[in-house]
Amino acid sequence: MIGIEHYVVVSSILFVLGVLGIFLNRKNVIIILMAIELILLAVNLNLVAFSAFLHDLTGQIFAMFVLTVAAGEAAIGLAILVSYFRSRGTIAVDSVDRLKG
Amino acid sequence: MIQAIAFYLFAVLMIASGALTILARNPVHSVLWLILAFFNAAGLMIIVGAEFIAMLLVIVYVGAVAVLFLFVVMMLNIDFAELRAGFVRNFPLGIAVALVLIAELVLGIGAYRAGALQLGIPDGAAAALPGRGNIDSIGAVLYGKYLFLFETAGLILLVAMVGAIVLTHRERRAYRGQQDIARQNARKPSEATVNTRPEVGGGVQL
Repeated sequence: MIGIEHYVVVSSILFVLGVLGIFLNRKNVIIILMAIELILLAVNLNLVAFSAFLHDLTGQIFAMFVLTVAAGEAAIGLAILVSYFRSRGTIAVDSVDRLKG
Repeated sequence: MIQAIAFYLFAVLMIASGALTILARNPVHSVLWLILAFFNAAGLMIIVGAEFIAMLLVIVYVGAVAVLFLFVVMMLNIDFAELRAGFVRNFPLGIAVALVLIAELVLGIGAYRAGALQLGIPDGAAAALPGRGNIDSIGAVLYGKYLFLFETAGLILLVAMVGAIVLTHRERRAYRGQQDIARQNARKPSEATVNTRPEVGGGVQL
């Protein structure tokens, strides 16, 4: 029978994969943003699983708010990326500290 | 039985596509693997009966966020081979951090299984409505107890939208000979013509 532990293990693995993605692709901002989405997906899975196994809907409501913030974060992140690309011609993160001006 | 089979299928596919998201050479492939991961996560949520969040995941993530990623990847003309330069160099550090995190999570799950922490018992204020579906129950809680949080979420989305537009909006540069009708209409003869009496051989200041 599938219990809460199964879900916690799966979402922990997904969370660690997201963190690993940030470390491995340190130059490519697009992949970093995707790794952040993976992390938020793992958190959502955890919230939904606990909400279902505890018979309390608050977790699912919170998963919805996490989804909202993730969508906003992706939109703003990609907008910053586009305007950075326009001024530099590259999206390598190493030179972002030049934005200090 | 069917529940276990479905769980393992979705879980394995989700973790595999999550791994391929961060390892793929081509960012377009990364986005497509990310979409597969979201679909499988939605399947995992449907297994435990959270249909609304699962559908939201498919609509919002696959329909909006992943397409936004795809759009940006294809719009920017980037040399991705150059961006992968540090991949091998960062590999040991990344694996080390991942192992530490895994060890901590295993420790946490072990502590939970040994009974070190008690999960709280819900007070029933947000319990599912008896005899109603998941979406009905979520609606009742969301528009009742969490109404103001829901409106705040809408405000956050509005701010994100305005911010994204402000960041990417580019003022169209005026090209030569562009007509400015407001300026034309506001012109008066008194400021358009000027009388001068130039010195002989001195020329005029234009």
